[in-house]
Amino acid sequence: MRRHLVTALLVLAVIALFATPLLLDGASEYAGTDSQATALIEESDAGYEPWFESVFSPGSSEIESGLFALQAALGGGVLGYVLGRLKGRRTAEQTAGKALTPPTTP
Amino acid sequence: MHIAEGFLPPAHAIGWTIAAAPFVVHGARAVVKEVRENPESTLLLGAAGAFTFVLSAIKLPSITGSSSHPTGTGLGAVLFRPPVMALLGTVVLLFQALLLAHGGLTTLGANAFSMAVVGPWAGYAAYRLVRRSGGGLLPGVFAAMAVADLATYVTTALQLAWAHPDAASGFAGAAAKFLSVFAFTQVPLAIGEGLLGVLLFRVLVVSARPELERLGVLRRTPEPDQAPVPEPTPGAER
Repeated sequence: MRRHLVTALLVLAVIALFATPLLLDGASEYAGTDSQATALIEESDAGYEPWFESVFSPGSSEIESGLFALQAALGGGVLGYVLGRLKGRRTAEQTAGKALTPPTTP
Repeated sequence: MHIAEGFLPPAHAIGWTIAAAPFVVHGARAVVKEVRENPESTLLLGAAGAFTFVLSAIKLPSITGSSSHPTGTGLGAVLFRPPVMALLGTVVLLFQALLLAHGGLTTLGANAFSMAVVGPWAGYAAYRLVRRSGGGLLPGVFAAMAVADLATYVTTALQLAWAHPDAASGFAGAAAKFLSVFAFTQVPLAIGEGLLGVLLFRVLVVSARPELERLGVLRRTPEPDQAPVPEPTPGAER
C-alpha cells in the first residue's frame, strides 16, 4: 500500500514540475533552448555562416512532431516490452517457486 | 543541447569528432562484450537505450519560459557503467541528426561528447559519490540522472562559448550567455529526470533483482525469511 502511495506521489511530482510553468506563464512561447542558442550565435557572431546544411529536414512542423513522436514511441515501446518481460518473469518464478517447493514440515 | 548543423567552425567540428570517437568505439566494444558474456543483460541494455530514446524526444517547459529536453543517460551509466552510454547516446543523436534535422553530422562529435560522454561520466561520478558516502540506491540514481542531465547542458554551453567567444568579453562572457540559456532552464528538467529514474529503479529493484545484483548495483543479500534457492541442475531445464 505504502509502495503504491510513494509511486503515485513521485508521478504527481513529475507532472507538477512540468505543469507549474505552463500554469504560471501560459503566454510564454517556451522556445527550445537549442534554437535560442542558435539565435544567440547569429546575434553575437553575426559574421558566422553555417557551413553545412542538414542532410534531411522535415518539411513541416507536423512532419517533425510526427518523427519526434516516432522516436518517443520506439523508446517507450521497447521500455514497456522490457519491463513487461521482467515482470512476467518474476510472476512466473513466484508461481513456479510455490509449486516446486512444498512447505517443509517441521 | 543539440548544437545545430554547421554551427561549429570546421576546426571545432573535427576536433570534437576526434575527441568523441575513441569513447564511442570503446563504448561499442563494451556493449558487444556485455551482450556476449551476459546475454541476459540484453533486456536491460535495451531498457537503458530506450530510456534515452524516449526522454531526449520530449521537450518539456521550464520555469524560465523556454523548453528543453532531458537526456536519460544516467540510467545506463548506473547499470552498465558510462562507456556503454557513449554508444547508445550517439545512436540517439545520429537518429535525430539524420531524421529530425536536430543537431547535425558536423556537430555530432561535439554533441556526442556532451551527451554521451561527459553526461554519463558525471552522472556515474555523482552516483558513486552518493553510494560511497552511505547513500542508498535511489538517492544515488536520482543524483546520477540529474547530474548527467545538467553536466550535458553545461558542456554544450562551454563548447559553444569556445567556438563563438564574445567580441568584447571573450570566452567568459560568451560562456555566461550560453549558460544562462541552457543551465537554469535545465534545473527543473534535471530534477524531473531524477524522479523518473527513481520511478524506473523502483520497478527494476523488484523485477530485475538478479541482474542488478550481478551488475553490482544491489548487494547480494538473501532475504532472511527465505531459504536459499537451489541452483538448477545444468541441462535439467530443457
